[in-house]
Amino acid sequence: MSGESNRLTDGGRIDRTRRLSFRFDNKTMYGYQGDTLASALLANGVRLVGRSFKYHRPRGLMAAGGEEPNGLVRLRQGGRAEPNVRATEIILYDGLVAESQNRWPSLEFDLGALNDRLSPLFPAGFYYKTFMWPASMWPRYEAVIRRMAGLGKAATSADPDRYEKQYAHCDVLVVGAGPSGLAAALAAKRTGARVILADEGAEFGGALLGNGQQIDGRPAIAWVAGIEAELAGAENVRLLPRTVVTGYYDHNALVMLERVADHLLQPGPGQPRQRLWQVRAKQVVLATGALERPLVLANNDRPGVMGAAAVQTYINRYGVRPGRRAVLFTNNDGAYPVALDLARAGVAVAAVVDVRARAPIGWRGDLDRLGIELMADRAVLGVVGRKAVTGVQIGKLNEAGNAVVPGLSRHIDCDLLCLSGGWSPTLHLLSQAGTSLQWDARQGCFLPGKARQAVRVVGAANADFRLQDCLNLGADAGNAAANDAGRRRRGRGPHKPLADVEPALTPPRPIWSIPGTGKGGGKAFVDFQSDVTADDLRLAAREGYRSIEHVKRYTTVGMGTDQGRTANINALGIVAEALDVTVPQVGHTTFRPPFSPVAFGALAGGQTGPLLDPVRRTPMHGWHQDHGAVFEPVGQWLRPYSYPKAGEAMAAAVDRETLAVRTSLGLMDASTLGKIDIRGPDAAEFLNRIYTNGWKGLAVGGCRYGLMLGEDGMIFDDGVTVRLGEDHFHMTTTTGNAAPVLDWLESWLQTEWPELSVYCTSCTEQWAVAALCGPNARRLLAELCPDWDLSAEAFPHMTWQTVAMGEVAAGLEARIFRIGFTGELSFEINVPAGHGPALWAALMAAGEKYAITPFGTEAMHVLRAEVGFIMVGQETDGTTTPDDLGLGRMVSRKKEFLGKRSLFRRDTMRQGRPQLVGLLTDDPGHRVPEGAQLIAGADPAPPQRGLGHVTSSYHSPNLGRTFALALLQGGRARQGETIHIAYDGRAVPATVTGPRFLDPGARAK
Amino acid sequence: MLLLSCPWCGDRSEQEFACGGEAHIVRPLAPEDLDDRAWGDYVFMRRNEKGLHFERWRHVHGCGRWFNVARNTVTHEILAIYQVGDDRPELPE
Repeated sequence: MSGESNRLTDGGRIDRTRRLSFRFDNKTMYGYQGDTLASALLANGVRLVGRSFKYHRPRGLMAAGGEEPNGLVRLRQGGRAEPNVRATEIILYDGLVAESQNRWPSLEFDLGALNDRLSPLFPAGFYYKTFMWPASMWPRYEAVIRRMAGLGKAATSADPDRYEKQYAHCDVLVVGAGPSGLAAALAAKRTGARVILADEGAEFGGALLGNGQQIDGRPAIAWVAGIEAELAGAENVRLLPRTVVTGYYDHNALVMLERVADHLLQPGPGQPRQRLWQVRAKQVVLATGALERPLVLANNDRPGVMGAAAVQTYINRYGVRPGRRAVLFTNNDGAYPVALDLARAGVAVAAVVDVRARAPIGWRGDLDRLGIELMADRAVLGVVGRKAVTGVQIGKLNEAGNAVVPGLSRHIDCDLLCLSGGWSPTLHLLSQAGTSLQWDARQGCFLPGKARQAVRVVGAANADFRLQDCLNLGADAGNAAANDAGRRRRGRGPHKPLADVEPALTPPRPIWSIPGTGKGGGKAFVDFQSDVTADDLRLAAREGYRSIEHVKRYTTVGMGTDQGRTANINALGIVAEALDVTVPQVGHTTFRPPFSPVAFGALAGGQTGPLLDPVRRTPMHGWHQDHGAVFEPVGQWLRPYSYPKAGEAMAAAVDRETLAVRTSLGLMDASTLGKIDIRGPDAAEFLNRIYTNGWKGLAVGGCRYGLMLGEDGMIFDDGVTVRLGEDHFHMTTTTGNAAPVLDWLESWLQTEWPELSVYCTSCTEQWAVAALCGPNARRLLAELCPDWDLSAEAFPHMTWQTVAMGEVAAGLEARIFRIGFTGELSFEINVPAGHGPALWAALMAAGEKYAITPFGTEAMHVLRAEVGFIMVGQETDGTTTPDDLGLGRMVSRKKEFLGKRSLFRRDTMRQGRPQLVGLLTDDPGHRVPEGAQLIAGADPAPPQRGLGHVTSSYHSPNLGRTFALALLQGGRARQGETIHIAYDGRAVPATVTGPRFLDPGARAK
Repeated sequence: MLLLSCPWCGDRSEQEFACGGEAHIVRPLAPEDLDDRAWGDYVFMRRNEKGLHFERWRHVHGCGRWFNVARNTVTHEILAIYQVGDDRPELPE
């Protein structure tokens, strides 16, 4: 190959003044602005662009658009590398780098091609039949199979580019900017409707870009330019080229992928590579066109076999001649204009082979004038050549089309075979939208059925193949869609341009596979990307597959990244023939989003790294950071886990913090606890219904611990709620449940008890909370509040006061709750969030003489477990009742509350439910893992009957040993027994105890 | 992606809402009078209709209000939106 040997000297929409250099498989080549990678490769005489998925057969480009099954390349390098990109959709830019895929060591010489020689060993369902036994070997088989039958390789380093998302609303979304879509968009625009026009191509015009038709007496492309200019100048229109609509969801929600910078060497400053659009359209017009099907015949995958319409596009749009000597094979009128265009481009057209007995007469004169032989009632039986087409074998079929008439075979030399097997409307999006498709036997394609959503289908997508129909019906649809969206144009109806006269259409002859191409004649491919042949489909039918959904999964037909765009209809036809039923009886597979592959980067948009999920920090976060805190995520919050000193091991730090709280003084940031402000005359009644215990008797100034159950009687949340006033409470929840609890309260107030006058407001972030715990807590606080009586008599346990703190504490006014979670003397000091750091600093400074020790969540866990306080989510798992945890005394017998009735169901009252116990391992240094199962005997070998599991397990410096909490079947009656904790194949003996290991006694008063 | 019309905020996308399951499940006034089966029906048993379904939704990322929706679970057509506490609306076949 030397330079652009196949580039025409003029014509096409490329800019010959702007030469672009690119590399394919490390060879430098040149193309022009306006090329795709595919057109540039063809211009450079590259025929072999890839190896097929299963058989590693040499493959060339077949299409010019998004239906291309073979030309998949790895585009760009490093973190920007993207596998499996269709060369036909890659807009050429200067410096582009791409390489072929699925070949080793090279594209020209690929060892995997051995699969093709061995292909009798690889029938449909081969992997299922061969590699499933023994099951233990599957992982090894799979590794080899994946290496052999993979497509591209993903990038291994991070993508440096940015992706973003955008939402949009419009009156009319037009999908596809071919003649129908442009006419629809223009008509809608002229009503004043808000219009979005999206097209996957870089240029608007659709089929008009490639077929040289005329509108209003001018080249159609001039008409396109005029419309585009009018639309571009309108404020109510958004034009989105390089934008593929990938998903059509309920209520006219559509997702589009805009390739903002994929046509550039790299995105400009601030520019995203791709943008994911989520559009809500009042009305949708689908003008998605149609795809030309190949014909299924022996060796129809050889490089040089192409779609007829694709060839026409390469000539007219890109100025590329895909071969020197062509044969066209068709079952419809589509190939005829292509033959003329080929001849005009200087390609020798050896023959037009039409499988129909009566070829259309309208084209005869032109063919004769150009000296092109028309072979009616003939078929191409097979392709000759291996890495490229060198000729075709032509013969005559019988009337049924299922056998070759002997003796009329003939060979023709050529290097290009153009196939036109009829047109399939592109109805993927419509199918996604929930519209059923109707089979049209005459045209041999599916048509839109009755739409469920506000959508219209126009143009070739509606099997309207004549340009004048597209223009007229497109304009009508655009106008009607706008009207239905509430926009109306006064006066004139939509403008309807005039196409030049097209010859009358002769009906196609649906033919799903060309006979005489079975065993020995070469493979006849149906799905090129998944390497599925007509024989594979027939085999599936013989083996008893009836449903097309099963055939699809068994043979993998239509399961490639192209979703079988060129394969599905041929596959249906072949299966229907094999089963001797009609196509509608076979049915069609369901189309699912995305229509076109979408990169994960685009789906993630900006939500990556630190922006993946919001992080919540307490007001004192900065202090924790400055003092060596190691953080752990609790929901979205970051909480200090511990504050290890330089050189201190984590376990030692947790021990130090735990000891300090029991012996002197500790300080914990409790700001993350959920806080809900509850007001209203019925607030006490409301809490009475929500919590298991009674609330009406709680005096103003009092605090009370409460348990909340679901209606199933299982513990949902717990926490202390304080009565601020007669009609005013401050509820605290666990950190992780703050939002679910508020939702729970709201749902009852709004839906079941609207008669209660109660208002709930989240105030979690309005308060900073410092929990001061330990025997010296009162002494320190007294120094900070010199004017306040903090004695146990004046300020008893489970009460709260608003305290004016002294100068040492910057004169802050604090709400102090005498409650705690450690069993020690505790004050939870609440100040407005902004004052948190000042409060914290004052406590730390004044507490120095008591060796005040900040402690994190792990020390807090140890401290609470030592005194047998439960943690929701740790001791509970959604199947735990209050009684299971020994909290039966919290359950009021006197009043009704949520979940009460469930506590009296047979299952919640049965003997032998798991109950909370303590466990002390025989070895005091042995810390068992949380979640470990409890068993009776010392032999851990399965099978075993589980008796429960470990819920919490710690080392306690206060006890001088490890200890655990567990849920054990009938546990309360088993105290003193030995059970075993099973994990890692061992059974660790332990003694069952009560769930409380330590009692601070009088020092906590 | 449904388009739901919140009675207080108007048309909003489904992602602003949370579905609360079947509507018109009334909490028994005297649970203690129910046997286990009747109480279990209230707590656990829900309809799973193919077709017309009355369900609760909450505009959780908006006004926070609950409301009821009559939806066809096959076509996702929204047949009615009405207040919590209102009776099921009369719907044409």
